[in-house]
Amino acid sequence: MAFASIFVPNFLLQSVVRAEPTFRKSGLALIDGNPPLSTVVAIDETAAQKGIEIGMTKTDAEQLADVEICPRLPAQEKAAHAALLDIGWSISPRIEDAAQDAIVLDLSGLTSLFGAEKDIGIQLVERSAACGLRGNVAIASNIDTALIAARGFTGVTVIVPGEESQYLRGLPVSALSPSGETAEILSRWGVATCADLARLPILDLSERLGQEGVGLHARARGASVRSLVIAQPTYCFEEEMGLDDAVEELEPLSFLLGRLLNQLCERLTARSLAAAALRVRFDLQPSFENAMDAQEAFWTQKQPCLYDTEIQLPVPVRDSKMLLKLLRLRLQRNPPSAPIQKITLTAEAARPRTIEGSLFLPSSPDPEKLELTIARIAHVVGEGNVGSPSLTDTYRPGDFQMHRFLIPREASKTNRARRKANEPAHGRIPASFRVFRPAVPATLDFNAGCPTRVAFQGLRGEVSEASGPWRTWGDWWREDPWQQDEWDLEIHFRDVARRDRCFLSGYHPNPGIYCFYYDSLRRSWFVRGVYD
Amino acid sequence: MNLKASVLRLQVESSLAARVASPFQFRKRLIVETAPTGVSPIDLLVGGFPRGSLTEIYGPPCSGRTSLLVSALASRTAASEVCALVDARDAFDPHSAEAAGVKLEQLLWVRCQNVDQALRVTDLLIQGGGLGLIALDLGDTPPHVVRNVSMSVWFRFRRAVEHTPTIFLVLEQESNVKTCASLILEVHAQETRWSETAGSTGEISRLHSPGCLFDGWKIRAEMIRSQAKQEDHSGVDFETEITRNYQM
Repeated sequence: MAFASIFVPNFLLQSVVRAEPTFRKSGLALIDGNPPLSTVVAIDETAAQKGIEIGMTKTDAEQLADVEICPRLPAQEKAAHAALLDIGWSISPRIEDAAQDAIVLDLSGLTSLFGAEKDIGIQLVERSAACGLRGNVAIASNIDTALIAARGFTGVTVIVPGEESQYLRGLPVSALSPSGETAEILSRWGVATCADLARLPILDLSERLGQEGVGLHARARGASVRSLVIAQPTYCFEEEMGLDDAVEELEPLSFLLGRLLNQLCERLTARSLAAAALRVRFDLQPSFENAMDAQEAFWTQKQPCLYDTEIQLPVPVRDSKMLLKLLRLRLQRNPPSAPIQKITLTAEAARPRTIEGSLFLPSSPDPEKLELTIARIAHVVGEGNVGSPSLTDTYRPGDFQMHRFLIPREASKTNRARRKANEPAHGRIPASFRVFRPAVPATLDFNAGCPTRVAFQGLRGEVSEASGPWRTWGDWWREDPWQQDEWDLEIHFRDVARRDRCFLSGYHPNPGIYCFYYDSLRRSWFVRGVYD
Repeated sequence: MNLKASVLRLQVESSLAARVASPFQFRKRLIVETAPTGVSPIDLLVGGFPRGSLTEIYGPPCSGRTSLLVSALASRTAASEVCALVDARDAFDPHSAEAAGVKLEQLLWVRCQNVDQALRVTDLLIQGGGLGLIALDLGDTPPHVVRNVSMSVWFRFRRAVEHTPTIFLVLEQESNVKTCASLILEVHAQETRWSETAGSTGEISRLHSPGCLFDGWKIRAEMIRSQAKQEDHSGVDFETEITRNYQM
């Protein structure tokens, strides 16, 4: 039985650098606490070389060296810890959430999948790097030894079973995580390393330090045995970023969104999942009409204005570039009303789609590419003007709905049956209709109850054949009932008056069959369309 | 003799090198894949709509252009292909289309307000790829507006759709695509068909008769240009029929 432990050193700093990789190059110090008593809680090598120390006040640190000083970001720490768990679950289904900066994995049965233990360790380091974390990995036959070795050694360490004490002998006692009081006692005794602690007689140690001493002694020898406390897998994929300066323009916002989407997609990929929907929330910068309002909002801790939007995807996707393009198109169409102070992205996880090709079915567009094309088209013509139509269950003439277009998976059988039933006889093809939207107002002259002349939009014509009236009505129980008398009229146009103002200007006035209707409720005549 | 022939060949090739590469190389005739139009007489006339090419259908209003377009959509959607209709003036009627056999769930309908939107959307759809048929309906757009569309637009569309399995149809009132189209069809209406016709005195059909219905009309389709077929300006006649779904 083998266990692997991943430890992320300087976790607080790494969680910030994960969101802002540019901080890796410059020095960075994290501060915590209420101003003006904020103190430095984490520093990197560059800041340490410039003389900044942990515990220093913010003011001293600012005066001492030119490094980036950032507050601690609990949201980033939470996201980094979630990423660490995802890395563990990408390898093993049984992991223990040991600490904010460390996890333990059960490697039983995984060598056949991932190779030797050292190869597993290397994979863990690589996957951590892909998720923006630099971790140390240790593999041992018991949980505590793996944890201690991961904290104590850098890189990948594989401890041979039976040689735990040899590996741990040189590590300081602090690697065993003793309590403050115990650490002070051990320090007074001159016990500095695990080897020193392992040499102490266990009975005397238990008398002076109790059960904690016994536990420390076992861990120092690498002989601690306990069960793994298995963490339940979660499917919450969320990334947050708070901004020091509110962002107003789309370009810098896209840069930040791209970074968050990359992290989100890396985590989804690590868990072999994809995003079925993406929810975006922005905390907007409030605007105040006067200083009194601003002060009141500060003291009452008023909730910030929010901007929420959601993108539903036709198929689960984990391509961050495609998600960014869809998000940009959505924001261009519906921009937030104020500068953005905080970004929260949440992905709804789902199994990625599996493509099974077929020899006999025609090729169809790639769903991801089509979704992007449709989003671009919606940006040009408007959201509601692109999709697939469907007829509504009503007798109202011309009623239909627009739906979001999704590539159908199976051939529809009902339409096939309907087409067979409606197939014209004698080799004729079904006639089609062109609708005038909105319906064009018209005036008709009648003789003996039959229309003889028509005029609409600058066109005047004589009726040579007529069919009607065909009365239809419905929805009388609703607020918008309808009642229409329809005519199909064959019209020969006489002249074109006011051609330049004609709705159909440049329309060659050929004879044609038009559908007119009288709206009994509006008491007006209209042209519904033309048979073409 | 052989030496003379080979010397002569070299001379001809070198003199034509600037204009024609390998003039004596045998080139196989490209076989263009076609798809049924949904109208049997048109299939016999033109052999089907060519894939990877631009097809132009033009004619005045009420000539039957839309019926031909909808038949093509019905034929492609019945073959489980995804089709797109770019409707420049929002004139598409889903009811008559469904009655004609179009699978609406396989049709991406884009309702535009003007020609500029229609051309931009068409460009996006062609670049996206994967569609069986893309139809650009400029049937209700005034001809003087369509005439202002630059030829480079049609050339760009033709190049974009080449080497793809997409059928690209353009519907207009008059021919504007010209040489960019591999197939050009002109349609115009002929006599209409009513269940009761006017009397010998020329009076209009009387009202109050449920039997008086508009049944359809005859269409004449002429092949103006075809890269696949040698003969041009041959035509066929076919008829339309109004399909009515009466639900009692």
